[in-house]
Amino acid sequence: MAELSSSQTVPGLDLGAEESLGLYRRMRLIRSFEDAVQVQFQAGNVHGTTHLYSGQEAGAVGVCSVLGEGDKVAGTYRGHGHALALGVSPQGLMDELLGRETGLCGGRAGSMNVVDASTGLIGCFGIVGGSIGAATGAALSQKLLGTGTVAVAFFGEGTANQAYFHECLNWAQVEKLPAVFVCENNMYMEFTPIENVTAGEIVARPIAMGIHTRQVDGNDVWAVREAAWEAVEHARSGRGPAFLETLTYRFVGHSRSDPGRYRRPGELEEWRRRDPLLLARAGLEQRFGIGPARCEEVDAEVAAELEGIVAAGLAAPFPRPSAAATEFKHG
Amino acid sequence: MGESATIEYRVAVREAIDEEMARDPRVVFFGEDVAVAGGVFAVTPGLEGEHGGSRVFDTPISELALSAGAFGAAVTGLRPIFEIMFADFLPLAMDSLINQAAKYWYVSNEQASCPLVVRSAMGAGGNFGAMHSQSPIPWLQGVPGLKVVAPATAGDAYALLRASIQDENPVAFLEHKRLYSVKDSVSDGATLPLGEAAVVREGNDLTLVSLSKGVRDCLGAAEELAERGIGAEVVDLRSLRPLDTGTVLRSVAKTNRIVVVEEGPLIGGWGANLLGIVAAEGLHDLDDAQVIACPETPIPYSPTLEDAWMPAEGRIVAEIANRA
Repeated sequence: MAELSSSQTVPGLDLGAEESLGLYRRMRLIRSFEDAVQVQFQAGNVHGTTHLYSGQEAGAVGVCSVLGEGDKVAGTYRGHGHALALGVSPQGLMDELLGRETGLCGGRAGSMNVVDASTGLIGCFGIVGGSIGAATGAALSQKLLGTGTVAVAFFGEGTANQAYFHECLNWAQVEKLPAVFVCENNMYMEFTPIENVTAGEIVARPIAMGIHTRQVDGNDVWAVREAAWEAVEHARSGRGPAFLETLTYRFVGHSRSDPGRYRRPGELEEWRRRDPLLLARAGLEQRFGIGPARCEEVDAEVAAELEGIVAAGLAAPFPRPSAAATEFKHG
Repeated sequence: MGESATIEYRVAVREAIDEEMARDPRVVFFGEDVAVAGGVFAVTPGLEGEHGGSRVFDTPISELALSAGAFGAAVTGLRPIFEIMFADFLPLAMDSLINQAAKYWYVSNEQASCPLVVRSAMGAGGNFGAMHSQSPIPWLQGVPGLKVVAPATAGDAYALLRASIQDENPVAFLEHKRLYSVKDSVSDGATLPLGEAAVVREGNDLTLVSLSKGVRDCLGAAEELAERGIGAEVVDLRSLRPLDTGTVLRSVAKTNRIVVVEEGPLIGGWGANLLGIVAAEGLHDLDDAQVIACPETPIPYSPTLEDAWMPAEGRIVAEIANRA
C-alpha cells in the first residue's frame, strides 16, 4: 500500500493574542449562529427539530483548534458547533437548516445529518453513537493508508451507555487506531440526569481499556485546547486512541420542544456564570490584556455577519421538488 | 485459476476477494475469525498470508463496530469488505449499515460515495436452528442506497462479488450456506452488472422466479415439471435491489403465469412484493400468480421440522401441480 507522507501542519500550542481572539470569535460565531437558528425556528423557517450547542462552545472550538489538514471529524445531532468550529461555511450550514438549494447538502440533510467533505467533516450523525463508529472507521483508513492524521468523534455523555462506545473503543485500542474520542458531558442524557442511568464514572471505562484518558473543564477553551493537543498528539504518534471528557452544560433545552424543567433550581444560573464566552473574555484579558471593548467589537462583527447570512439564506431558493428523486444509480 | 474452471462456490468467493485485493490496494477485508482461521465456513483461508495482516484481519465480536468501521473507512479512502458470520447477526450491525452507509451518498448531496461490501452467510437447511438460518433479505430490501445481491452459482458468486467490491456504494452480499460446497464453472476475470436478472432455463408454460439456493430448487423442480409436460422458465433475480423487474415481466408476457419461490415467510417477503410490482405493471399478461414461501414461524431445528419448513424441490412441484 502506498505510504502517504504526513506533511500536515499542526498549529502550535502556544497562541498569540490575535489567534486567541480568533478562538473567542469562533465561539461567538457558534453562539450567535445558534441564537439565529432559534429565531428562525420560531419564525417557521427552520424545520423539524434542532439541537443547539449554546453553552458548550469551548469544547468544539478547543478541540478543532489543534487539528490540521487531513484530520477528520464526526459530530452529532447537536452538531452545528462541531461544524462551525471545524471551519464549515456558516452560510452553507444556515442555508441547509433553512432547507435551501444552496445548503451544504442541497437541503437533503437538514440540522442533524450535515456532511462537508471539503473541511473533513465526515458527517454529523442523527443517531446517538454514530459519530464514534464513523471516526473509528476513518481512523482505520488513516492507519492503513499511513496518512499521519487523526479522526475525532464528538459525542454526548449518554453515548457512554451504548454499544458503539464499548465496541469501538475496544476495537480502536486493540488496533491502535489514531482516533480521538471527545465525550461532551453536559450532565443530561436528553432530559435525564446522567448519573441516574450510568454505573460508575464514564472515564473509568476507557481507562479500563488502557486508553489514554483525560477529563477537562469543557467551558475553558484553553484547558480544552491543551488537553486536546495532548490527546491528538497521542493518537497521531501511533500509540492508539485517546479519550477526552469535557465537563460542560447546555444553556438551552435538549431540542426545540424541551423547556428544561428537569434542571435543578439555580443550576442554569450557576453555569451561566461559567459561560465559556465569559471565561474566554477573562482569559484574553488576563493573558493578553485584551479588554472587553475589543471583544465587543468582535461580537458586533459576528452579529453583522450573521445578519447577512440569515438574509442571504432566506433569499436563497428552495430545491426544486424534482431534485429529491435523483437518478439513484447506486441502488 | 485458469480461463475457466469448475470450483466450489466458497472458492469462487475467495477468488473474487483475492483478485480484487490484488487489483486495488484500497480493498481491505475483516471479520470474526476470517484471517488466521480462514472463516467458519472455510471461505477465506490464505487471504491473510497473501495480502498481509494489515489488510486482512480478525476482529472482536462487535458487529456494530465492524459495520461502522467499514462505513467510516469507506468514506475516507478504503474499500472495505467485512464479514458478518451468520446473516442472523446482521441486526447487530444495522444502525451503521442502514442509517449511515446506505444514506451517505444521497444525504451528503453526492459529495462522497461509500464503497463497502458486507458478506454474510444466510439460509436454512443445515439444522442450525432459528437464529442461524434466516434470510435477511426482507430486513434489507426496503432500504434505498443498499444493494442486495444473492448469487445462485459459483460463477455468479465470483462475477457478482467482484462487481460488488468495485461498486461505489454499499452492497450486502449474501451467500447461501447450502451452496458453499456446490461446484460450478467460473470464468476468470468475469464481472456481472448488479441488477440484471438471468433467464437460466427457458420454458413456455410458467415463469419460476427465485434467487440464491432457490434457483437450484427451481431448476430441479423444472426438470420434474418437464416430465409432466409443463415447460417452466426459470429466472434468477441475482439481486433484489436493484430489482430487474423487466426480465420478469418479459418472461411473464411469454408464459402468462408466475410462481415466486422464497425461502422465508410470505408476509413481508420479497416474493409478495415482486408479485405486487408484476401485477401493477403486467396484469394484462397474467393468468395466474403464486408465491411458494415458508410457514409464518421461526425456522425449527429438527431435520423433519426444518425440511417441512423449506420450500424444497418436491414442494415446488407439488404446489404447482396442485394448482394446475
